[in-house]
Amino acid sequence: MRIALFLTCLGDAVQPEVGRATVTLLERLGHEVVFPADQTCCGQMHVNTGYQREAVPLVRHHVETFEPYDVIVAPSGSCVGCVRHQHAMVARGAHDDRLAERADAVAARTYELSELLVDVLGVEDVGAYYPHRVTYHPTCHSLRMLRVGDKPLRLLRHVRGMTLVELPEADQCCGFGGTFALKNADTSTAMLADKMRNVLSTGAEVAAAGDASCLMHIGGGLSRLRSGTRTIHLAEILAST
Amino acid sequence: MTTFLGVPAPRGVGHLRGEHSFPDAARGALADSQLRRNLGHATHTIRGKRASVVGELDDWEQLRLAGSALKAATMARLDEHLERLEREVTARGGTVHWARDANEANAIVTRLVQETGETEVVKVKSMATQEIGLNEALETAGIEAHETDLAELIVQLGGDLPSHILVPAIHRNRAEIREIFLREMPGVDPELTAEPRRLAMAARAHLRERFLRAKVAISGANFAVADTGTLLVVESEGNGRMCLTLPETLITVMGIEKVVPTWQDLEVFLQLLPRSSTGERMNPYTSAWTGVTPGDGPQTFHLVLLDNGRTAALADELGRSALHCIKCSACLNVCPVYERTGGHAYGSVYPGPIGAVLSPQLTGVEDNASLPYASTLCGACFDACPVRIDIPSLLVKLRARHVDEQRARTVPSAEAIAMAAASWVMSSPARFAAAEKVSRAGRLLGRRTGGIAALPPPLSAWTASRDAPRPPAETFREWWARERGGAS
Ligand code: SF4
Repeated sequence: MRIALFLTCLGDAVQPEVGRATVTLLERLGHEVVFPADQTCCGQMHVNTGYQREAVPLVRHHVETFEPYDVIVAPSGSCVGCVRHQHAMVARGAHDDRLAERADAVAARTYELSELLVDVLGVEDVGAYYPHRVTYHPTCHSLRMLRVGDKPLRLLRHVRGMTLVELPEADQCCGFGGTFALKNADTSTAMLADKMRNVLSTGAEVAAAGDASCLMHIGGGLSRLRSGTRTIHLAEILAST
Repeated sequence: MTTFLGVPAPRGVGHLRGEHSFPDAARGALADSQLRRNLGHATHTIRGKRASVVGELDDWEQLRLAGSALKAATMARLDEHLERLEREVTARGGTVHWARDANEANAIVTRLVQETGETEVVKVKSMATQEIGLNEALETAGIEAHETDLAELIVQLGGDLPSHILVPAIHRNRAEIREIFLREMPGVDPELTAEPRRLAMAARAHLRERFLRAKVAISGANFAVADTGTLLVVESEGNGRMCLTLPETLITVMGIEKVVPTWQDLEVFLQLLPRSSTGERMNPYTSAWTGVTPGDGPQTFHLVLLDNGRTAALADELGRSALHCIKCSACLNVCPVYERTGGHAYGSVYPGPIGAVLSPQLTGVEDNASLPYASTLCGACFDACPVRIDIPSLLVKLRARHVDEQRARTVPSAEAIAMAAASWVMSSPARFAAAEKVSRAGRLLGRRTGGIAALPPPLSAWTASRDAPRPPAETFREWWARERGGAS
């Protein structure tokens, strides 16, 4: 299958290893990956901070960039959530119904990584080997916006050599929330403290998730504490052999 | 005839606005270890109870859909239902008063109490009367209001404000309650312990005397059935039943959104409400009354219908669904922000997720501008809400409204400039790639390995508690161009 990679701005600029892992994984499974070079950002930060007007050109640009592709994957629950649940709304807010229709059409072909693997490609065992003790944080937007359910866990359970430890209170938000992390930095930190406490209680060396933004937040906290536990993206585990 | 589109709740009266912004108010709460412990314990307990009773029903999702549909249909013809309610209440011996805002409602209730010649009243827990600051208004007129709900009593005796819709004293633990009772409750046993039963018995003795003495009671209402002019209060303690039956005069203050067309609608709501709020299959007391019944219960009944910003919210396509709220407080109990900050940080009697959307709509966003941002948009509230209010989407739309209102400012904020700049950069691949190159300069900050420990404002808010990632040596698009020759 020919799959267009929507890497997300954070993935491109800050965590390029997530994109490389996604490419490695999908190619290993026998698919062709293309990277539409014009892609930039889905506009989630703008929409969620209230700058919907500024998000309109980003939505239009995203739609134009990905319209030619039949299957689009993003290794990010929240960016797929934005594409699926917010792009058409932003277009309608700007009274551009045509753009809204096009956005909905692109959204219908856009999948979060675990959705693509399990629902579209029908694979749970991706042949990965990752000899570490890992705990998994499901992230709110994957859980409650996309309803990916246990798909990421089903993928992880097939990884060889890995010990998967259940994260207590896994469905609790980590406290990132985009600009919430800055506007309400104290509350965000209090939520992070509890998330880290739960992560550390598992004794895992690695905390995994399917969203670079939550990982940046949880990883930033774990690193500040010199906790010895690091974060990794789901794609990187699945790409490991 | 002109259509009245409503005005925001007035300033200077009631409890819909806080003195501080949410982040500032939250800071104190976050540092209060006792509060954090009480809240964590209480919210987790209620959460567990709710989950188990909701899990018992196979048709819970259908009930939620029904609740949502009934509310939407009722709101669409609210004027008709309210007029019907007025006719039916009047026909059955009650008197209906319309209050445009908090000031009018307070004036009406004060006058009604004064007309009875009484100087004290007993109260059933009511959000509407707290919203309008009725107790303060009565006090100014020399009328003493006694709260009779146990938690509300604790709050009142402690000279405190409620911090939860349903459990107003959720921020207090047993030891604190004992201390408040010993200090404030006349004639209390000095040997009082913090044992829950002893505390409840002390409150019971204190309240019983007031119930028997009271000639006037003031209540809110959970529902009003337009068809028959019947009012309903659901509660756990029986204090409401006392207030609604013993006094001679009953005055009920009710937000106009509480009306339902028929008794049949209650079939849905009386299933949704107790399971969502206290985690019970059925609440212990459901009191319903219709006008006045000679020789039984209060012989004078007044119903005050309160607007106070509701019509303004109703006129708003976005605001409308927040009025569907049945005040069950499930969204508070599951909210990770509320769990850490408690209710006072929201500055309004309506805290938590619903407060973050309802308060700004009743007052105008400008007066509660920090509330729509007091959420990570994690979506737990939407999943818990029995009437399926999409609170995260409402929050996002309120943020947009706030930003749009700010655009009218002659000087844009630093944030607005940054967002516009980011939009300009990110809508062009060339500009985006160039910006990535510039940000690479960040690699030179501080230590050469690991994360970045300190960034300048506003990003210092990030690095105060979290290391920031160091920009990579090579972006993905550079790697792709090198490995795959940039073909796409
Ligand atoms: S918004 Fe929904 S969950 Fe929250 S108090 Fe209202 S009815 Fe309950």
